[in-house]
Amino acid sequence: MSPRTLLLVVCAIAIFACDREERQFRPKPPAAALSNTIHMSPLQPGMPMQAVQTRNDYESNAYAVAQGQQLFRAYNCNGCHSNGGGGMGPPLMDGKWIYGSDPANIVATILEGRPNGMPSFRGKIPEQQVWELAAYIRSMSGLLAKDVAPGRTDHMAVKNPENETERRPPKQTATPPSALGTD
Amino acid sequence: MSFRVRHRPWCGTLLASVLGACSGIQTALDPTGNGAQAVQRIWLLLFWVCAAVWVLVLLALLWAMLRRRGDYDPATTPEPQPYAPTERRIGRAVGIAVAVTVATLIALTVVSYSAGRGLFSESGDGAVSIEIVGHQWWWEVRYLAAEPSNSFVSANEIHIPVGETVRIILRADDVIHSFWVPNLHGKKDLIPGQVNVLYLSADRSGTFRGQCAEFCGAQHAHMALFVVAEPKENFAEWEEKQRRPAKQPQNAEQERGQQVFLRGPCVMCHTVQGTMAGATTGPDLTHIASRLSIGAGRLPNTRGHLGGWILDPQTPKPGNLMPPNLLPPEDFQALLSYLDSLE
Repeated sequence: MSPRTLLLVVCAIAIFACDREERQFRPKPPAAALSNTIHMSPLQPGMPMQAVQTRNDYESNAYAVAQGQQLFRAYNCNGCHSNGGGGMGPPLMDGKWIYGSDPANIVATILEGRPNGMPSFRGKIPEQQVWELAAYIRSMSGLLAKDVAPGRTDHMAVKNPENETERRPPKQTATPPSALGTD
Repeated sequence: MSFRVRHRPWCGTLLASVLGACSGIQTALDPTGNGAQAVQRIWLLLFWVCAAVWVLVLLALLWAMLRRRGDYDPATTPEPQPYAPTERRIGRAVGIAVAVTVATLIALTVVSYSAGRGLFSESGDGAVSIEIVGHQWWWEVRYLAAEPSNSFVSANEIHIPVGETVRIILRADDVIHSFWVPNLHGKKDLIPGQVNVLYLSADRSGTFRGQCAEFCGAQHAHMALFVVAEPKENFAEWEEKQRRPAKQPQNAEQERGQQVFLRGPCVMCHTVQGTMAGATTGPDLTHIASRLSIGAGRLPNTRGHLGGWILDPQTPKPGNLMPPNLLPPEDFQALLSYLDSLE
């Protein structure tokens, strides 16, 4: 490899490396056509989700994931999910997913809510922030690259940082009775 | 002559800016209150002492340069030899200069130290207690009261009664900030996990501008606050108004605006006392219409600026936590009418 080629390669790598810290203050939602990928049919809550494969660009951007971390606290997700350990709501740091682990599934859960507890945040949280939250939520069970997942929290640490969390492969769990909506 | 004519506007601007620095809403050279006066005294002392030293040194240099030494021709003049009386004289002169310098430095250190002790020696409750929490990039302001129901929250603006000692309790939520209102006092840091206290007083009424004085992120320069010093009666009136919950909507449009606020994204971060909105991530908006600025001194508080801010806060202040909010026009106007009514 000639020095010139080497220089080009290094420059190219340097340019791509910038994505990790790129800060977009007025971004478009990564998947504007969300409603086309996720159908919230009347039978949907409680049924296993169709497997969807979406790409959330924020999962490769450390700034966006850090924003998601901040929003997780600001919007009081902690109130029910307690730093991912679970409380009133299910834990988010384990590998069990009731409504799907795909970014679009998480976004749909936040926007539309789920039976027996999870409220709908449609119209309350800008969609772009919902995607940031989704990226952070996936980092809680180690699904994000270690160089992107947050390495510390702004507040008192109650668990290992996300970038030290081992990867917990997503498992679709049986629907809990509370989600069947028979009442 | 042409020189004077050509340069007059430039000179005028320079003169105006030099004179302008001595008065204004954000200057340490126009102090009011004990704190700022102490700071100004020590500033003036340092300024005049250093100016005198500078002038003396330059005069000595000038004298050394212009002093006549007689003709010197390297070919005929022999190498100068050490001469004991001259050596002694030089030694004495250098010794005296060093002694004067050391004495001046020690004197200034003592003055500076005692001024600092004087500045931060106050204690007690003060007539008014205000807790200020620094956020990236705005100031949360909490007026404390012995009766908890009498305390209230505001943002980016504090009012103080003239002639009273005001206790300012400084905290930070995220990173280190610094509270600096040059007309009233020196700087003091807001540090996460540590409580700092500062005592202010204003001798005259007026509006003063303060500024975060510790780099705290991208919008550090746009983190300002206003201090309104007013006579005791006016302050009591203002305090009484701030304690009240927000005004209820007076007409259909404001009613709609309130619904937009409560059902839309605003409610996720802001508080309006007297409604369901109680989030504390952003500034308290209970009396937003009574405040001087929006975005922590970024823009004057007018309906137009507020509208622009709501639609796109990332242009005037990139990186702040408030996201752009694209509301339908009718909802948007109604929301503005509602916010305008929150005096």
